[in-house]
Amino acid sequence: MKATQNFFDKIRPDFEKGGRLHFLHSTFEAFESLLFVPKTVTSSGCHVRDAIDLKRTMTVVIVALMPALLFGTWNVGFQHYLSVGREAGFWSIFLYGLGKVLPMLAVSYIVGLGIEFASAQIRGHEVNEGFLVSGILIPMVMPPDVPLWMLALATAFAVVIGKEVFGGTGMNIFNPALLARAFIFFSYPSHISGDAIWVAGLSGGTGVVDGFSGATPLAKAMVGRLPFSAMEVEKIFWGLIPGSIGETSTAAILLGAALLVFTGVGSARIMLSVVAGGYLAGLLFNAVGANAYMNLPAYQHLIMGGFAFGAVFMATDPVTAAQTKSGKWIYGFLIGVMAVVIRVLNPAYPEGMMLAILLMNAFAPLIDHCVVQANMNRRLKRARQAAQKV
Amino acid sequence: MEKESLFSAKNLKLLTDPLGRSNPVTVLVLGVCSALAVTVKLEPAVVMAISVTVVIAVSSVVMSLLRNTIPNRIRIIVQLVVVSLLVILVDQVLRAFAYDVSKQLSVFVGLIITNCIVMGRIEAFALGNKPWPSFVDGIGNGLGYGLILVVVGFVRELLGSGTLWGYRIIPSSFYIANGGVYENNGLVILPPMALILLGIIIWIQRSRNKNLVES
Repeated sequence: MKATQNFFDKIRPDFEKGGRLHFLHSTFEAFESLLFVPKTVTSSGCHVRDAIDLKRTMTVVIVALMPALLFGTWNVGFQHYLSVGREAGFWSIFLYGLGKVLPMLAVSYIVGLGIEFASAQIRGHEVNEGFLVSGILIPMVMPPDVPLWMLALATAFAVVIGKEVFGGTGMNIFNPALLARAFIFFSYPSHISGDAIWVAGLSGGTGVVDGFSGATPLAKAMVGRLPFSAMEVEKIFWGLIPGSIGETSTAAILLGAALLVFTGVGSARIMLSVVAGGYLAGLLFNAVGANAYMNLPAYQHLIMGGFAFGAVFMATDPVTAAQTKSGKWIYGFLIGVMAVVIRVLNPAYPEGMMLAILLMNAFAPLIDHCVVQANMNRRLKRARQAAQKV
Repeated sequence: MEKESLFSAKNLKLLTDPLGRSNPVTVLVLGVCSALAVTVKLEPAVVMAISVTVVIAVSSVVMSLLRNTIPNRIRIIVQLVVVSLLVILVDQVLRAFAYDVSKQLSVFVGLIITNCIVMGRIEAFALGNKPWPSFVDGIGNGLGYGLILVVVGFVRELLGSGTLWGYRIIPSSFYIANGGVYENNGLVILPPMALILLGIIIWIQRSRNKNLVES
């Protein structure tokens, strides 16, 4: 650690004003403050001093994502070997998954960070650390077989149109990772929907064992292959199902959720209210019960598809979520309701979580505005009553 | 009063300004609705651009000729009559000579009547100026509108369909279905992407011309 510190101290003059590498100064700052605390501190005014800055917060989120990512990587391999009907050991399964996931992570980080660094350099800003999390989220919400150039294009779109035009990290209206997914969803629908793309290598169609379909639970529910057997439900919960890389295992996501709630980085209010919204919408459909999908037990909505992943890692994004306490309840609740409503009622979209979160992202500022106004009116009323008594 | 030449600097400015720093679409943000609707392909975009240019130019001249005889209170209704007359003429010509394109443009030819640029230029310019400058102003604004339409249409057809003016630009062997790696972008075909492209054009224009940036 000491050696790194010395190294940074030695090369700092090159990046300061007048130094020969000054044009790379924000790149230097980004790396320095990632490894150590920022060199500059505020000199005036009162501040709450805390070791948790944006970079540490983001690091916690990345750690919380690890169980889902590692499980997802293994599952990519597991589903592949299942589809070709071959036995394989743990490591060969995991390495196969790694061969799929690592290039995606690399593409997402290289493209996203490249644009972030370049635009920070051009504008003379510091590099923001928001992309550290987005860069890992983007591959996790993609099917394993998505072509890498599409991933690169989607990442570029999300960073430039979703974030930089609004002023960079902290100013964006929509969750960048979901925007990247939405971009592929509407641009190249055949690569992110259907039955053939959720298992690596299946779309090539070579050597697939008979009777293996690759359909996700959501797709099965859509066509009415219901109800799920107890064994299937168990598989869905543990995540031994085809799907986007990070979303399949509710168990792994719950581990991450525990860490986020424990450290206070993710909002437990939003997670709980999303779950409550989805569950209640599920119960409501049970009451109607017009078809097999509506009769699906409400709790199964919570473990299928991207519901858990969206609730824990996407809806809680502090930038795009509602900021007020009651606002968070409303925001989360509506996400849960919308997601299940889209799933059950709209045949064009088997999964509603992405669209539900993006939709509520757009409404989050309005929710906050109404909450704040209601609070002001309540207090004014109280003040008036008090004044009348006197 | 001194007689002004037809192509004096002032008149030329009327022609060139709307192409750049007072572009009706990117600076005044008028006529956006049709710019989103007709730009999926290049051909309808060009035809639409020509139609709008003709309508703006001729209606500007007519209104400029009538400007001293129309009572102020009924000027809007007179403008509407003149513009709709021209729009119907354009529509009939398109149906006679370019039936396919006219089918693609469908209702949007008729909706030129409500295109804000047409009424806007008549109100803002033709009613207070002589016929010739009004004509030049109309042509300029029509071309400014058309320029944006063509740029957006170019990008949308190239990325969305891999063709230009109906001719294949991106070879079909590039596509995934034929063993290649490329795929057409479906989002570009959808109206939201036209809006985003328009936004990008405005972004580029404003970063080149700082005078357009509001404080």
